[in-house]
Amino acid sequence: MSEPLLRIENLAKRFGGIVATDDLSLDIAPGELHAVIGPNGAGKTTLIAQLSGQLTPDSGRIHFAGHDITALPVYKRSHLGLARSFQITSLFLDLSMLDNVALAVQAHAGHSFHFWRDARAQPELREPARAALAHVGLSARADLPASLLSHGEHRQLELAMALAGSPRMLLLDEPMAGLGPEESLAMVATLRGLKRELTILLVEHDMEAVFALADRITVLVYGRVIASGAPEDIRANAQVRDAYLGEAEDAQNG
Amino acid sequence: MTAPLTVRNITIVALLAGLVLLPVYVQIAGDRFVLTLFTRIVILALAAVSLNLILGYGGMMSFGHAAYLGIGGYAVGMLAHEGIYSGFVQWPVALAASALFALTIGALSLRARGVYFIMITLAFAQMAYYLISGFARYGGDDGLTIYKRSQFFEPINLSNKAQFYYICLALLFASIYLIWRLVNSRFGLAVQGARSNDTRMRAIGFPTYRYRLVCFVIAGTLCGLAGALLANFNDFVSPSMMYWTRSGDLIIMVVLGGMGSPFGPLIGAVALLVLEEALSGITEYWQIILGPLLLLVVLFARGGIDGLLMKARAKVGQ
Amino acid sequence: MTLFIEQCLNGLQFGLLLFLLAAGLTLVFGIMDLVNLAHGSLYMVGAYFAATLAAWTGSFVLGAVLALIATLVVGMAVEVIAMRRLYGRDHLDHVLGTFGLILFFDESVRLIWGPAGLSLPLPPWLNTSVQILPGVQYSAYRLAIIVVTLVVAAFLYVLVMRTRIGMLIRAGASNREMVGALGVNIKLLYTLVFGLGAVLAGLAGLMQAPILTVQIGMGENILILAFVITVIGGIGSIRGALVAALLVGFIDTLGRSYLPDLLRMVLSQEAAATAAPALSSMLIYLLMAVVLVVKPEGLFSASHK
Repeated sequence: MSEPLLRIENLAKRFGGIVATDDLSLDIAPGELHAVIGPNGAGKTTLIAQLSGQLTPDSGRIHFAGHDITALPVYKRSHLGLARSFQITSLFLDLSMLDNVALAVQAHAGHSFHFWRDARAQPELREPARAALAHVGLSARADLPASLLSHGEHRQLELAMALAGSPRMLLLDEPMAGLGPEESLAMVATLRGLKRELTILLVEHDMEAVFALADRITVLVYGRVIASGAPEDIRANAQVRDAYLGEAEDAQNG
Repeated sequence: MTAPLTVRNITIVALLAGLVLLPVYVQIAGDRFVLTLFTRIVILALAAVSLNLILGYGGMMSFGHAAYLGIGGYAVGMLAHEGIYSGFVQWPVALAASALFALTIGALSLRARGVYFIMITLAFAQMAYYLISGFARYGGDDGLTIYKRSQFFEPINLSNKAQFYYICLALLFASIYLIWRLVNSRFGLAVQGARSNDTRMRAIGFPTYRYRLVCFVIAGTLCGLAGALLANFNDFVSPSMMYWTRSGDLIIMVVLGGMGSPFGPLIGAVALLVLEEALSGITEYWQIILGPLLLLVVLFARGGIDGLLMKARAKVGQ
Repeated sequence: MTLFIEQCLNGLQFGLLLFLLAAGLTLVFGIMDLVNLAHGSLYMVGAYFAATLAAWTGSFVLGAVLALIATLVVGMAVEVIAMRRLYGRDHLDHVLGTFGLILFFDESVRLIWGPAGLSLPLPPWLNTSVQILPGVQYSAYRLAIIVVTLVVAAFLYVLVMRTRIGMLIRAGASNREMVGALGVNIKLLYTLVFGLGAVLAGLAGLMQAPILTVQIGMGENILILAFVITVIGGIGSIRGALVAALLVGFIDTLGRSYLPDLLRMVLSQEAAATAAPALSSMLIYLLMAVVLVVKPEGLFSASHK
């Protein structure tokens, strides 16, 4: 395997008596779509929080594109090319959709100590923003306040904002959360389209989406990796079936 | 930019026109008191405009903003006391001192979130209040009289009431325009984004602390200018200019007028001070009405008067 | 040396008084997530009620007890009428709304009692000094304050740590919805907590009345100190409020006593006379700044949010 884009080494994090991340190691190759699954409380969101910089691990290291980013502040990770979407929608609700995405573009367009020119009239910010919105299929409602969007459109906007900074890798925290069947299909199609351009770490509960998209899957239980490999291997893994998939499949079939 | 003909826009144009024509009315009607009242309104409106930048647009609730009125005012007062009457020295010193103070307080306070930030700004402003009260040389608690207003070149004469009013008004209008440009610039959007969702801003790559800090300094400096004007207006400065309840008055103006809107603070200053004059004519206990009124505005009319005017547009069926 | 002991006791007494005020504030902060600027108004109201009722009944103690009841009633009324609508809102809304309440209370007091302050004279049996150590006399009243506040502090400790209500209070601080879902009447709980805070504030107000003052605006002055203590101690932590209050009490009292002498060594008589009170007042804020730089959540932060 060529040099992994993201390398996680022995990551550990506890909150008081609770072990959220337990000696977690993982490599993700460039261009790979790697899914992380596991029951609730498995520490998936904690993992994303440590990768994006919101939480500092107690021990272990994180390497991205050759840099040790373990202690790097949140805003600097974005500049290295590591972008994330949020599980609970986190947008600028009082601004328009276009403004939301344009801010993401602006973040990567040098410093923002420009005090005079109208930022909303700058094509170098607005055009890439429109392009990102088009990519996720939201062009029609670009000038509406973000607060007016449906939940599904919020999730799409989340993705558009993560894309707007031209990242190398996406950390997606349950992008399918709360989506209906049609919207889920659309999101899967969008993500599949992104696969070739980007590296993606996907945390998800939606098993259909996971098996449709993932190149490799890692299963997390109580913060610990219990299995990691190709989708077929994971599906066949007895431990995983007992711990997690069995219930999920019953729920889907039943 | 063509603005639509709405209730709100007409009201604002009428207000601006009224302010510009006021001295003419005063000359005709001979009512000098109105000129004095409105000069004070304009100066405090300038202070409110500066507060609106950090409060309305930046989401930074500073309960120590009146400190800059004091700093700007005392810069003028102290220099005048030492015999330095030139506005070309006094005013830049007022601005620089305010900027420096804002930089220091901002750097320490902006690390804190929410209510801690409010308390810290409050506490630092109180520190400044006590610091200034401690200067016996400059009057301490009793304050300092200013015997000569800031001197510029001929024909500028701040002792001429009408002239002084127009200078204050011009500075107010210029500030409103500059702030409007500022909040729509890249910098302004960064600050507004930080207000809207600071976590997201940092996630997409903005080092929000530095933008907030610069915003804080700009607001403090502008308020220092208002302080310098206030010192000239009163021919007097005292530590009470910076007591924390004065910051509360400024906040009321901004909220009452409409936070985060370009003319909100001006509307708020006019509304509050005119209301004060009108009500205190009726009863000296008018603040009994103002208190609950503020609470009601907070609960039911969050957008202030400007917000209500904008809703009026919807009702009229524009 | 006797002066030093006396000043230390004064510092203790002042600190404990501040603790009463800060405890109510931090309770309401921590449990209802409510920033209450009008807390100082309840402090003022307690003092005014006590002064009036003591004069009316002719008894200091009876007046005090009645004043506490009256303050409790006022506090609960404020909670039901105004505070309820503020829960769950932005802190900015709290600050603005309760600032409006300050204006209302100040003016109402001025309307009812007039602009001049009141006085609350001590009964003879309290207005004496007691020998606490050989050769050291101390004001009996100040000793009484120390005793009363320690008793109240102990009571608070028992209440919060050992009773069912206290458990609900602590649970409510960590998870409001859960406690509501358990069938506990959250509205009533909040009203009671707010009432408790009001009583603590009123008690502090009436106790300091004979020593310091009963006047309009007294609430604003001391409110800031109470907030500073809450910030230093950590929001929601009564233990933190106690430690921070004692710190502030000692630093403020000892600072005011000894700073003028220290300053006179370096400054002229006149300059020292004006600078000393100013600098003493600043000490507390410097302390807060230092704590905030070193430990921004406060010394004993109870919040897990």
